[in-house]
Amino acid sequence: MIAVIDYGMGNLRSVTKAFEKLGADVEVVSSPKQLALADKVVLPGVGAFADTMEGIRKRGLEGTVREFISSGKPYLGICMGYQILFGESEEGGDHKGLGILKGRVKRFKPKKGLKVPHMGWNRVSFKKKECPLFKGIADDSYFYFVHSYYADPNEKNVVAGATGYGTEFASMVWRDNLYAVQFHPEKSQEIGLKMLKNFIEL
Amino acid sequence: MLAKRIIPCLDVKNGRVVKGVNFVSLRDAGDPVENALVYDKEGADELVFLDITASHEMRKTIVDIVNRTGDAVFMPFTVGGGISAVEGIRELLNAGCDKVSINTSCVNRPDFINESSKRFGSQCIVVAIDAKQKGKGWEVYTHGGRRPTGIDAVKWAKEVESRGAGEILLTSMDRDGTKEGYDIKLTCKVSESVGIPVIASGGCGSREDIYQVLTKGKADAALAASIFHYREISVKDVKEYLKDKGVPIRICTRKGDHD
Repeated sequence: MIAVIDYGMGNLRSVTKAFEKLGADVEVVSSPKQLALADKVVLPGVGAFADTMEGIRKRGLEGTVREFISSGKPYLGICMGYQILFGESEEGGDHKGLGILKGRVKRFKPKKGLKVPHMGWNRVSFKKKECPLFKGIADDSYFYFVHSYYADPNEKNVVAGATGYGTEFASMVWRDNLYAVQFHPEKSQEIGLKMLKNFIEL
Repeated sequence: MLAKRIIPCLDVKNGRVVKGVNFVSLRDAGDPVENALVYDKEGADELVFLDITASHEMRKTIVDIVNRTGDAVFMPFTVGGGISAVEGIRELLNAGCDKVSINTSCVNRPDFINESSKRFGSQCIVVAIDAKQKGKGWEVYTHGGRRPTGIDAVKWAKEVESRGAGEILLTSMDRDGTKEGYDIKLTCKVSESVGIPVIASGGCGSREDIYQVLTKGKADAALAASIFHYREISVKDVKEYLKDKGVPIRICTRKGDHD
């Protein structure tokens, strides 16, 4: 069973619908007990960094998420579910994340002609072509993004995909069973569904 | 590089797609979800549903449409029209849309922008600005283009950004329904005045119009209804045309996106 974590921030429908469409056994879970039963976990992204962390802590999920990731079972973080893996974020003041990956979440610096949020379709250039989630997807494919903050990992060897927007940032990371993306595969039409299918087939 | 977006707009009344010409005469033309599927296949970058249902009782129908659309297509879409409360936004986002577009309620009570963007995040709050030329500038209109407000459109655009809007959907009232092309001056002025993305709307009659507004008009995205809706041109044709002219555009292929 693929568990989609509900941390009280609303809209999980797009992610669960996408997995259902692909024929996966998917469940929305909000308790550590349910989460422990999952074969795979998806942490989708909605809301602000601090609210997301608070939602996870309030439900007693922080430890369970950590345990799940160290268990070696596949984990997919999407958007905010990607950003909270890092040590800290500057969104809305300084806030601590899960710290599973070392690095900081920063705001895009305003520049002339560079609109924030980074909203729309942008390319993901593959830094780790062997990443199983890229199977059947062309390098430099477009995915749908919507975010004002981006993660800057300390360890560059976790970067699986990079995207240019004023600066080149890590749009996807991969370390063992841990996969996380800044973009929204559930909103990226066929290419996005292909990536989720790859996750189901891990 | 971030691609410029092509966004078909579906005007929805009582659960059916219609297209307004200067916001007045309407022609019925089909099921919203069927339309969404067509645009999804053609490679549209996003969709906008504009709910022009007048009566409060019928407003549940748009939630149902959002639900059904989310079941059928896996692409971003926005819903606008008649949104006046945080609760209404929550209902639509939970039903599966990505962004909501708000006009009148923001003008009536600008704090609504702060409240909703704080609650749901700037990225899902689109402020729609309907603007009509007045002297050397443009005036903001509300209530589906029926009521002038005396507010300067460029000033208002800056204010909605400072209050937390994540995007502006800018419609030229002068051009809407005319097919004479977007208001390039208005779009350029607004786009250069704010740091958030601007979607240009109103007046699209050809692919050249879209090219102009994305280049000279400095729009981040172009919205059009009738040219797509009545199949005068497909989204795919527009995108290929723009790409040939050097505009950064996403062309869809089954396996990925090559150039």
